[in-house]
Amino acid sequence: MRYIPHTDEDIREMQEAIGISDLDELFTSVPAECRRETPMDLPDPMTEWDLEAHMQELAGKMSNCAGTKVYIGSGSYSHHIPSFIPYVAGRQEFVTAYTPYQPEMSQGTLQAMYEYQTYAAHLMGTEVANASMYDGGTAMAEAALMALRINKKRNTVAVSSAVHPLYRRILSTYFLPTDFKLVELPMTADGRTDISAVAGMDDLAAVVVQSPNFFGCIEDVQAAAEAAHGVKALAIVGFTEALAYGLLKSPGSLGADIVCGEGQSLGLSQSFGGPGLGMFGCTLKQVRNMPGRVVGRANDGDGTPGFVLTLSTREQHIRREKATSNICSNAGHCALTAGMYMASLGGTGLRQLAELNRSKAEYLKGELVKAGFEVVYSSPTFNEFTVKAPAGFAARRKEMLAQNIVAGLPIERWYPELKDHYVFCVTETSTKKDLDHLVQEVAK
Amino acid sequence: MIGRIVKEAAIDHREGTSGLIFNEPLLWERGSKGRTAFSMPKCDVPEAAVDADLVRDDLDLPDLSELEVVRHYTRLSQWNFGVDSGMYPLGSCTMKYNPKINDKLATLPGFARAHPLQDDELSQGVLEMVWNLEQFLSAITGLGATSLQPAAGAHGEYAGMQVFAAYHRSQGRQRTKILIPDTAHGTNPASAALCGYTSVGIKIGADGILDPAEVAELMDEDTAGIMITNPNTLGLFESNLKEIADIVHAKGGLLYGDGANMNAILGVADLGRIGVDVLHFNLHKTFSTPHGGGGPGSGPICVAGHLEQFLPVPRVVKDGEMFRVVDECGTALGSLHPFFGQIGVMLRAYCYILSLGADGLRRTSEMAVLNANYIKEKLKDVYELAFDQPCMHEAVFSDGKQKDHGVTTLDIAKRLMDLGYHPPTIYFPLIVHGAIMIEPTESESKQQIDAFIEAMRAIAIEAEQDPELLKASPQRFKVGRLDEVAAARKPVLQG
Repeated sequence: MRYIPHTDEDIREMQEAIGISDLDELFTSVPAECRRETPMDLPDPMTEWDLEAHMQELAGKMSNCAGTKVYIGSGSYSHHIPSFIPYVAGRQEFVTAYTPYQPEMSQGTLQAMYEYQTYAAHLMGTEVANASMYDGGTAMAEAALMALRINKKRNTVAVSSAVHPLYRRILSTYFLPTDFKLVELPMTADGRTDISAVAGMDDLAAVVVQSPNFFGCIEDVQAAAEAAHGVKALAIVGFTEALAYGLLKSPGSLGADIVCGEGQSLGLSQSFGGPGLGMFGCTLKQVRNMPGRVVGRANDGDGTPGFVLTLSTREQHIRREKATSNICSNAGHCALTAGMYMASLGGTGLRQLAELNRSKAEYLKGELVKAGFEVVYSSPTFNEFTVKAPAGFAARRKEMLAQNIVAGLPIERWYPELKDHYVFCVTETSTKKDLDHLVQEVAK
Repeated sequence: MIGRIVKEAAIDHREGTSGLIFNEPLLWERGSKGRTAFSMPKCDVPEAAVDADLVRDDLDLPDLSELEVVRHYTRLSQWNFGVDSGMYPLGSCTMKYNPKINDKLATLPGFARAHPLQDDELSQGVLEMVWNLEQFLSAITGLGATSLQPAAGAHGEYAGMQVFAAYHRSQGRQRTKILIPDTAHGTNPASAALCGYTSVGIKIGADGILDPAEVAELMDEDTAGIMITNPNTLGLFESNLKEIADIVHAKGGLLYGDGANMNAILGVADLGRIGVDVLHFNLHKTFSTPHGGGGPGSGPICVAGHLEQFLPVPRVVKDGEMFRVVDECGTALGSLHPFFGQIGVMLRAYCYILSLGADGLRRTSEMAVLNANYIKEKLKDVYELAFDQPCMHEAVFSDGKQKDHGVTTLDIAKRLMDLGYHPPTIYFPLIVHGAIMIEPTESESKQQIDAFIEAMRAIAIEAEQDPELLKASPQRFKVGRLDEVAAARKPVLQG
């Protein structure tokens, strides 16, 4: 077997050194009643070449080769990734390393994490950012738990119904075996959170909104933060599309106490929804309540500067059941990649790319209106928006799948009152020609 | 050999500005406004500005050229040590070789560009992979059903505790406590606490494994079950596990198996037969997916058949020739990830299992256990063994023999770096004072293992003859030993 280097001679010598004559003797501590009675039922081993053929066949059963157009965002976004990024991020010194517990031989990972933290904090407008959570959804759940730790005497979190329904489902799952409660905030007719509902909710530990929200609408984050603070709750702002903050005012600058979201847009492939990148930032004052790994500066005995994992007394391996989270392996390599992606764009490029996304989406919005769609909400949007489709669109959309065009995401399954409503997403990967073709097909 | 090492250590290798140790500054100390590394598409639609009061004007990140970014990260990578650089015997982390073909196949465009919410008929390939991999993991454990959703090992533990909670809810009564032996993985108590369980510690017996009598004494009807790492963090198989399972089940509890150490018992143990109710795998340990310097991992859970109804959604089902996504919660515990979990990681593990097959996986465990026992035999006269008995995939030593010379486990670990090895896991498990936990994995050849043994033995001699050398280690890196205490006292977390 190509991954096992032992020759018969090696095995014989090693058995001799240990004082056994048969490999089965290695497992004498496994009693008969704990043993397998039959071999594992698995396919016969494949050569590298057979494996490649099998995987190519599976990949071929996906529509997602060149030419497929998926006009869905909702937590996973199609963006261009510069070719050098997977090359350089794929350097095996990064990829095959473990969590940098031994800093002297992990300075590469550590400096890259420190740079990512700096960029992420800047993008989100927070004083600090951690080295990553798993994804945007679990990051939001951890943010809510963090707020409940800080606001110890309160046990309720208010979450906007315009937060991604799949993120809200994670929140309610995390709360289910606890005494914590979730309440939902309604929406206004313009597609944003009705933040006035917060007034008078005196038992809230936190208020959670997402901006741009699930419907694509840009929330009034400042008003949400003020309303939260008005009832002495923390303001948590989530996001699914990190690129929006290349253009929009950062949640931190608008008063959010905790900012969390999905960073997949920053140079990670979509990969059917994972791995993603949970971005997480907060105020310096609350850093000791923050979940997750964090890298800080340190000096050696000669005063040479370097980087280490720090504030680990918050973490599971030290604080055990009183830890700020159980998280251990996170999305380290995804964070490194996102740092590299942000570096490749720079401040100028992030702004330009974000503007391009907004312009493309506005164009499609206008063209769909001409084709008989109705823009449901009047609030400004970034690269996603919600429309109500004309009669017969569901069948047309189904037909278009055969041409590898996915025309928006139907959202009725999460919002039964929003029959025939679709959220569309457009990014820089679609040209005007693509969009015109989409509208043409939709109108057929 | 030893003399040469002592002599060379006098050279200061830390200047960091020449040879192959470049002195690379932080990203923002490079660059100039107007550079870019991104091929920006032109705007071919009318520009549509957003309201000015929504727009930020503070995004001050440096502009860099492509070569600047490439060189920056290439240099950083040269300050890093990975499995591809050398032996990485980090106990309980299973740092085995990560096959390159798996990286290539996991990133085929059909997978890499797939959207998790696209219609099922466009996603048959990845849904088939999910379905197959679930079958494989169930077959490997002997358990009834698998969910691939948890995003890492600790997330798998948490998913398992959620299954416990869902099960006890279905029985009409929630329980408040969970038993956790002191040989369990460090994350276990925190994972249980997230589900509202209070951990009750169990001391292990004199032979390093759990005594069923201890479990019987603590297990009651207010206890949800027990979380056992098997093989445990001393590298020992919990030989009384079946009896423990019976005790826990008799009181209406469940048995959780932390499978982080499954690399020791593939094809050997039958977890279903033992009576394990829930078990998580770390695909990034047992099934060779890269650790990435701290993730992404993947922590699938396998459950006994009667618990399948509680597994998180969405789930993939086979419907004739078609694979479909089922997303209704029903009795499920809910959802722990927005989508299906770490698909990119699963694809790699899937490739690994297909490459080895049943015999190859069993061979993997045999060689991992052989390597560990060989190291144990060859080092036990110079390093104190925590428990002198045959081990599984890892052996736990301590600095017991070295501390008389003022040398600690940390000193030994740092010196090992200078000799070209990543140190073992140190100071864990907590029950062994000054623990040195060595897990060689099956990937390392006898020659490599012999060289590692020689290095460890050389350090044992150095500890007696030149303890100051060990205290001054490491010396062959860009930085020397970093002051972690000062870093935590006054944290500087961003530039």
